[in-house]
Amino acid sequence: MIRLYDFDLSGNCYKARLLLAILGVEYERRNVDFFPGLKHREPEFLAVNPLGQLPVLEDGDLRLAQSQAILVYVARKYDPSGRWYPLDSPEIAGQVQQWLGFAEGLTATASAARLADGMGFDFDAEAARDGAHKLFAVMDEHLWFQERQGQDWLAPGAAPTVADIACFPYVMLSEEGGISRETYPAIRRWTDRVKRIPGFVVMPGIFPAVLGSQ
Amino acid sequence: MADPLPDPFMLNQWFPISALQDVHDRPRRTTLLGEPLVYFRDGSGCRVTGADGRALPVLEQYACLWTTLGRPEGGLFPIPEYDEPDRRNIAAGSIGVNVSAMRGIENFLDMGHFPYVHTGILGELPHTEVKEYNVELREGGREIVATECLFYQPRASTVSTSGADVEYVYRVPHPTCSVLYKSSPMDTRRLDVIALFGQPTGPESFRGHMVLSILDDVNADDFISYFQLHIFGQDKPILENQMPKRLPLDPRAETPIRADKTSIMYRRWLASNGVTYGVIPAAA
Repeated sequence: MIRLYDFDLSGNCYKARLLLAILGVEYERRNVDFFPGLKHREPEFLAVNPLGQLPVLEDGDLRLAQSQAILVYVARKYDPSGRWYPLDSPEIAGQVQQWLGFAEGLTATASAARLADGMGFDFDAEAARDGAHKLFAVMDEHLWFQERQGQDWLAPGAAPTVADIACFPYVMLSEEGGISRETYPAIRRWTDRVKRIPGFVVMPGIFPAVLGSQ
Repeated sequence: MADPLPDPFMLNQWFPISALQDVHDRPRRTTLLGEPLVYFRDGSGCRVTGADGRALPVLEQYACLWTTLGRPEGGLFPIPEYDEPDRRNIAAGSIGVNVSAMRGIENFLDMGHFPYVHTGILGELPHTEVKEYNVELREGGREIVATECLFYQPRASTVSTSGADVEYVYRVPHPTCSVLYKSSPMDTRRLDVIALFGQPTGPESFRGHMVLSILDDVNADDFISYFQLHIFGQDKPILENQMPKRLPLDPRAETPIRADKTSIMYRRWLASNGVTYGVIPAAA
C-alpha cells in the first residue's frame, strides 16, 4: 500500500491527503512528529528524506518528496480521467505548472507566517505576511477574471486540477499566520468551491462547507 | 495603541513560558505580558532573564517552565494526580494563538462546541445537548470547579474504541490555566487529566501549553501529542475569529445560555479579582 510520511497539521501533507481522498486511493499514514518533537530533523527521518521535509510518499519502489511532485504523481497514476493533471493542451498544462510553482511561494510566505505565530519557528512573520498578501492579491484578481469568463478554477477548464489542490491549504490556513482573507472575495468564493469537490476532506484548522458534516 | 500594564492580580501570578522538553542550552526568546524574556538551561537548571537582564524566579513543574514578573503568594495550584507513578505525563505541544488567553480558557471550558468543531471525536451531531451541570467556587474563592458535566463523545481519548457519555470536571485555579478531568477509558474509577496552561504573550495573544497526565499504556507519546494537537488545531480558527479579541467582562456584552454557566462564573471571578489585562472590564 502507499505510505505517506505525514504530519497532521502540515498544509503540504494535507495536499497529498486531500488528492488521495478525492481519488479514493487507500494509503497508510506514518505520523512524523514535526511539532513539538522536531522528528523531521532526526536521523530516522533524514534517512527517508535528506532534506528533512514532509511529506514523503512511498509507492512500491518509488520514494517521492515535495508536495507538488506528489500531487503530479498521484494524479497521473491514479486518475484515469486525466483531468486532475491535464496534459492535452500545452496552454493548460503550462498554467497548471505555473500554479504549482505559485504554491511554493505560498509555502514560503503564508505557511512561514503560520509556523512563526503558531509553533514559534524563528521566521520573520511580518515579511512573510507581506509576501503572502502580494500573492493573494495576484490570485484574487486572477480568480475574479476567471469567474467573469465562467471559469471556477485556477487553470482553464471545466474541472479542478492539482493546481487548486496545491494552492488551497496555505490560503485556507492563512489566518493562523495573521493573514486575513477579508479583502479577497474571489479567493473566498474559490475556497468554498474547493470544499464542495466530491470526496473533500478536512484537516485541523479547515472546516467543511457544512459545519458538523465531517 | 501601547500595550497595557498588567493588573496586580495578573502580575503576581506564575505563568508557563515553555515545555521543559523545549528548554536547551541555547537560549530561546519568548514574551510574557508584553515583556520579552530569554530562557535556557545550564548546569543548575532552567534560567529565565527579563528584558533588562535581571534573573527571574523559576519553577519547573507539570512538565513546564514557569516564571513571574511579580511576587506570587506561594507556589502553583496543586495537581496531585501528576505525581501518581502509573500515569503518563506528557507535554503535548505549545501553540501560539492570536486571541486573549482568557478567550482560550473560556473555549477550553465550553462543551457546546464539541459536535460542531470536534466532529466525530469529542462530539457528534445530533448529540448537541449540554446537560445541566454544577459550578461553584472552592478553596476560599481561589478556584472555580464545574462538576457533573456529561457529554456524548464518539472518541473521547487515544484509548477509546467506541462512543460513550463521558464525565468531565473542570478546574480553573488560575486566570489563564485550566485543568480538565475526564473519565478514563482504561479505569472507570480514575480520571485522565488534561491541562491547558496559558502564557499571555500580550493582551490579545497567548501560547497554550498542553499538558496531559493520563492512563494510557498503549500509545506512544507522539500519538498522544498528535491527538491533542489535532483537537487544538480545530479550535484555533474559531478562537482567532472571535471579536473582540479580549474577553468582555460586562455581562451584557455577550449573551450567554445555560450551557455557559462556567464561563459566566469565570468572567465574574476575573472581574472580582480586578483583572484588566486581556479582558474588557465592565464599565464602572
